[in-house]
Amino acid sequence: MKTDRVNDFALKIGTVNGTGSASANGLIMQSIFRMGVPVSGKNVFPSNIQGLPTWYEIRVNGSGHVARTPDFDLIVAMNPETYARDIEELVPGGWLLYDSSWPMADTLRREEVTFLGVPLAEMCVKTFDGGRTRILMKNIAYTGALAALLDIDMDVIRGLLEETFGEKKRHLLDANFEAIRLGYDYATDNFECPLPIRLEGMDATRDSILIDGNTAAALGCVYAGATVAAWYPITPSTSLVDAFTAYCRRLRVEDGTGRSRAAILQAEDELAAAGIAIGAGWAGARAFTATSGAGISLMTEFIGLAYYAEVPCVFFDIERVGPSTGMPTRTQQGDILLCAYASHGDTKHICLYPKDPAECFEFSVHAFDLAERFQTPVFVLSDLDIGMNDWVVPRFEWDDGYRPDRGKVLDAEGLAEIETFYRYLDVDGDGIPYRTIPGEDPKGAYFTRGSGHTKYGKYTEDPDEYQEVIDRIAVKIDNAAEAVPAPEIRSRPDARYGLITLGACDGAVREAIERMEAEDGLRLDYMRIRAFPFAPEVARFIEAHDLNIVIEQNRDAQLKSLLTLETAASKERLASVLRYGGLPLSARHVIAGVKDRLGLAAETAEGVGA
Amino acid sequence: MTYIAKPRVFHPSLEKNELGLTRRDYEGVMSTLCAGCGHDSVTAALIEAAWELAIPTHRAAKMSGIGCSSKTTAYFMSESHGFNSVHGRMPSVASGANAANRDLVYIGVSGDGDSLSIGLGQLCHAVRRNLNLLYIIENNGVYGLTKGQFSASADMGSKSKRGVPNEQPPIDPALLGLSIGATFVARGFSGDKDQLVPIIKAGIRHPGLALVDVISPCVTFNDHVGSTKSYAYTREHFREAVEAAFVAPKDFVPPADEITADIGSAEVRDVRMHDGSVIRFRQVEGDYDATDRDAVYGYLRERQNAGEVPTGLLYVDPESRDLHDVLGTVDRPLWDLPFEELCPGSEALDALMENYR
Repeated sequence: MKTDRVNDFALKIGTVNGTGSASANGLIMQSIFRMGVPVSGKNVFPSNIQGLPTWYEIRVNGSGHVARTPDFDLIVAMNPETYARDIEELVPGGWLLYDSSWPMADTLRREEVTFLGVPLAEMCVKTFDGGRTRILMKNIAYTGALAALLDIDMDVIRGLLEETFGEKKRHLLDANFEAIRLGYDYATDNFECPLPIRLEGMDATRDSILIDGNTAAALGCVYAGATVAAWYPITPSTSLVDAFTAYCRRLRVEDGTGRSRAAILQAEDELAAAGIAIGAGWAGARAFTATSGAGISLMTEFIGLAYYAEVPCVFFDIERVGPSTGMPTRTQQGDILLCAYASHGDTKHICLYPKDPAECFEFSVHAFDLAERFQTPVFVLSDLDIGMNDWVVPRFEWDDGYRPDRGKVLDAEGLAEIETFYRYLDVDGDGIPYRTIPGEDPKGAYFTRGSGHTKYGKYTEDPDEYQEVIDRIAVKIDNAAEAVPAPEIRSRPDARYGLITLGACDGAVREAIERMEAEDGLRLDYMRIRAFPFAPEVARFIEAHDLNIVIEQNRDAQLKSLLTLETAASKERLASVLRYGGLPLSARHVIAGVKDRLGLAAETAEGVGA
Repeated sequence: MTYIAKPRVFHPSLEKNELGLTRRDYEGVMSTLCAGCGHDSVTAALIEAAWELAIPTHRAAKMSGIGCSSKTTAYFMSESHGFNSVHGRMPSVASGANAANRDLVYIGVSGDGDSLSIGLGQLCHAVRRNLNLLYIIENNGVYGLTKGQFSASADMGSKSKRGVPNEQPPIDPALLGLSIGATFVARGFSGDKDQLVPIIKAGIRHPGLALVDVISPCVTFNDHVGSTKSYAYTREHFREAVEAAFVAPKDFVPPADEITADIGSAEVRDVRMHDGSVIRFRQVEGDYDATDRDAVYGYLRERQNAGEVPTGLLYVDPESRDLHDVLGTVDRPLWDLPFEELCPGSEALDALMENYR
């Protein structure tokens, strides 16, 4: 007899891409969210338009631990091509829901798995006309079966469909709900519903929203006052500019004329996208580009120019698996070092590492302020998991008292008060010179160049004059450590060890810490780094622990390297747990890795599956 | 040297434009190019054109990439902002600047290496984007700073200083521009300032990208016998296809008077631009029509096949729609919009949040 696991399970839906399964999966996810239950959805999709296997993973956890888990209790197998793999991935005692319109080979059967066959195709062929409709409805029908099996509130589903289709598309609403009924009724008639893994309404998402990081970042750009966006399409960053475009069509339209208060330029490549953002930043606009690692590689020459010529602009890097083309639809944190030092010569850049869409919104605004205050490119390193998946996060809030930090800009009035304007002169001793906006005042005109220049802005090949400027820029960037978001630190009494991580690893690492304390009595301190250059707290945290395990999603321990390079912390105090196969991090891998590093391993990290 | 400013001594008798500025006010720092470099003549033409148009110097932005040509932005209009960016990338930087501030006069200066090799893609897409930019290519067929390699505009058979012939076909910026929708295409010769100044003036006023290819000989690496970009060769094969004059709106002579005006008896055709300015073509080639893209393309091919270098304001599209027309952006420069117009505020955010429930 299985014990009930209410609001604590994971399921995975395997389909063929291009069959409309995304809307069905989104409907399930959103229904659970509307039931007030913490949930996450991870889209594991191919770099392809139609015909390849694709999965959607949903984790439900009443305690709020919704990092990815590789332990699936239920799999909806809609793609015969992946049956074997899907069945393999079920935990013992799990359930497989499949389309029984066609027989399932006996060789695929697993003793400890319950097979739930629903003749989805057959039912949809009988009920609906047209090939495309039947395929689409087949996906909606499994949603109905899941509703019965997991006890998803049918009123919530109905409500969501009504919101989607409204009265204008009544026929679509009816067809969709009919398909849901088909699946629901078949499951109720043929299986014991609900399963022991099931949902119960909660009140944990009332003040939350369901949003992806790219949409959130785009909204941040709108609120920060960005007016120029330049980009070249690349997965997984494309939806950021798409969202910015959509928001601008609603929120940036001039009354009366219908004209736009933003310029969005699709460039010919990432080089040009960077050039446009830099040109616009130079001309005084808040400007950004969004790309992924491959794009950053192409932009590095321009990034060096923006650094050296001190032009504010914001770069969103929605990281994906590298090197080279890598795996474009899988996640990684592989651009940490690239962004920290992008370009030839001596460069160092301000980088922000949001953990979820809420921080994407918040950090977008920070990024523009920091870029203008420090007159330099600023990177927001999100990733595919944050950027393209829907996350449950607290509703965004906005302080109407916020005003952009434009930094040290001299207008005509300011220029009138000084005798001569020199663009690169450190007047205040903080490493930040004054800048002017082109066209504002004849006195403010200067020549911007990526070639050697003196503090007066003149061309130079003189060693001392060159060093004076490049050294001042180093001071400026180092000073930014005090202005960037401080690390998030959670301390437990008497903890000897620290776990350090960044970005989207947050959920899995915090879940791992809780579980290790509950299950093994292991107390661990936690530090999530939110920005580079590192705030002073970062080095203090490392020094305060005998051993710090740095958990990140890349092969070469890039964050650990950066900590070694940029803090006084000794190497001996740092160890690594690394996962970089392209799927979001799960607590199980963190626990196995941490125990292994601490010599407590019952199982080695390598022994844990995908 | 670029950091040596010219002494600003003014003779009281120097002629002033309507802003009360003399030509000296449009000069820059001392040129560091080789004595006799064609680029310095282009600089002189730019100074003359900007002075004649009475552009407030601080309202112009000089954009360039890297190379001898790109250095020239330092040699004119010291009181204008300048941006000497990276090799071949001036078009994108100019695009961004123009997107942010549509009100400045953008003067881009590039070369054949900068625009036809490393920056060919950026050139093409800036042309397609049709941002409001004067885009001058100082074209000498050779890389100067790296000492004499052929560039992509070198003609087949043209010989290097060491006598080695170029065996790759050239990229002709004028033909290229015509084929990808450029709305203004001209070719000049640095040795003919009288022709170049009106072209530059018209190009600056053109609402869109004005692509001006200027044959600008490199005296050090490409001015020898056997080169097709030398002063001597260009003078010998130069052929003025069409003579164009830029007429500012206030100077515009109504058509009824034009035959009796200073144009003389030659056949005249005026092309009126959106802002009311006029480009007045005096046709030296019979039925040459500078608004007929295909005909101009055919003409250029024909004359080039005959070994000539056709010059003049070759093509103009009077219906040109620039970047901002296409994007539908507001009149006020984007950089200058008040924050209140950009940030929707907390109430709008609250409402928006309901879409993510």
